[in-house]
Amino acid sequence: MPASQAGRRGFESHRPLSAGPVAPLERRGFCLGAAGLPLVVSRRIFPTPPTVAIRLEHAEHNPAFLWRNPEPKPSYDVVIVGGGLHGLSTAYYLARNHGITNVAVVERGWLGNGNAVRNTTVIRSNYLREESMPLYEFSLQLWSTFGQELDHDVLFDPRGMLTLTHSRGEAAAARRTVYANRLHGIDAEWLEPAEVKQYCPIVNISPDVRYPVYGASLQARAGIARHDAVVFGLARAASALGVDLIQGCEVTGFNIVDGAVRGVQTTRGRIAAGRVGLVGAGRTTLLTTMAGFDVPIQSYPLQALVSEIFDQVLPCVVMSGALHVYVSQAHKGELVMGASRDNYLSYAQRGSFHLIESQIQAALELYPIMKRAHVLRTWAGIVDMSPDASPIIGTTPVRDLYLNCGWGTGGFKATPASGWVFAHTLATGEPHALNAPFRLDRFETGALIDEHGAGVSAH
Amino acid sequence: MLQITCPWCGPRDEPEFHYGGEGMPLPPDSTDAEWAAVLYQRPNPAGRTNERWVHWAGCRQWMHVVRDTLTHDIHEVRPVRQPDDFGSPA
Repeated sequence: MPASQAGRRGFESHRPLSAGPVAPLERRGFCLGAAGLPLVVSRRIFPTPPTVAIRLEHAEHNPAFLWRNPEPKPSYDVVIVGGGLHGLSTAYYLARNHGITNVAVVERGWLGNGNAVRNTTVIRSNYLREESMPLYEFSLQLWSTFGQELDHDVLFDPRGMLTLTHSRGEAAAARRTVYANRLHGIDAEWLEPAEVKQYCPIVNISPDVRYPVYGASLQARAGIARHDAVVFGLARAASALGVDLIQGCEVTGFNIVDGAVRGVQTTRGRIAAGRVGLVGAGRTTLLTTMAGFDVPIQSYPLQALVSEIFDQVLPCVVMSGALHVYVSQAHKGELVMGASRDNYLSYAQRGSFHLIESQIQAALELYPIMKRAHVLRTWAGIVDMSPDASPIIGTTPVRDLYLNCGWGTGGFKATPASGWVFAHTLATGEPHALNAPFRLDRFETGALIDEHGAGVSAH
Repeated sequence: MLQITCPWCGPRDEPEFHYGGEGMPLPPDSTDAEWAAVLYQRPNPAGRTNERWVHWAGCRQWMHVVRDTLTHDIHEVRPVRQPDDFGSPA
């Protein structure tokens, strides 16, 4: 059975019987009012994702190890610093889209160690700005075939996502995003409280609470995937295409000659490189400082937690920006919850407990059913926050050195598109149309891409 | 949770404080690049860092805090005496 079908079948079984039938999306009333805007907009400004999956001829199906564990070679065409999801995705698309396979991914820890497995796996494209929407929408479209593409089921599950609002102002802002999304061909709907209750029965829509639900925006194609599987699938595919994944290899310096990077110094020796891509997430500024330039990134802890395992009670992802909590239910059954990021700089991969306490308070008001659940595990990842809550992807003051960072609290969803456009940038030396606006010098020109409103977690 | 020793109130829990980030002076006359650096470029040190916190739920005073971003250890807390007192390097 193809991976995508397996995922869909699993999705059907998640919807609790008590949820009852959900009305077809076409029947959910959505009136654009006096503006008279069309309900369906055909203009597509993002590229069409591929429909033909690459054949991974060298990838075994049940091997002892999913990827090779090679010694670093003295020289590569491209060295990617950072073996997180975006680094792996970049390496994969360098090989797949551009035929560049003499590539190393150097990772100071091990694959599946950092933010790749510390996120809450939410995938969506309902951003506000015209620069952001095509990028995230392209990513969402790539997700829909990612499992087939990688020949590895990543359990992508487009179960829908509600973004709750708790005031008239917030509701107006959410409707604005709905309109913006529809104008860019991205599915978005506005649900009144009763419709919220129908879509997600465990949400408390009582008006008699501190923050009553004023309605929600819905992206029905949003969803979740299994993050571990994405790591495994990407690493296996990249390795099979010839990419060297080098773990336990920390970059300690850059070899820069006449303003151009010529290689990296690592704890496993010097590695020459034609081009270098930095995909260091929370550790980006440690790299750029070594390379001799500044980027406006700061590193903060972002915490998440899971409960014990329950029957499926939550048929979709639910976010609440005002209450700073978002919840989904993993395929395995844990309730997965994220909160705001902590307020202080940190590289320690842990945060403060009072944030967890306030996120649980919010969750219990929204979902009274969760009051008997227990917090099983909490953790934090270190997120790379940019000033306008948008990523920085493109060239740097050092020739042949390229940067992909600043995804902050929302990088998981962008894994396929981030790799796609960064591979294009590394292969051609020029940004892809989708990442051209996300240049480093926008903080000088003032062409910021403000997405502070797009996320729950002080995004 | 951090515990910060307020110069006026003694050791108190983090929720009573608000984080003020790194202190830095504004240059009076600058190019776009320099203003971009002032507005957006913040130190992001791995190790000891000078910070400002305000004890908003207590004495409401601002203070300098020397904290380690790798360990969360707080090494020093001292009052802000003057508006241009940005503290000594950590």
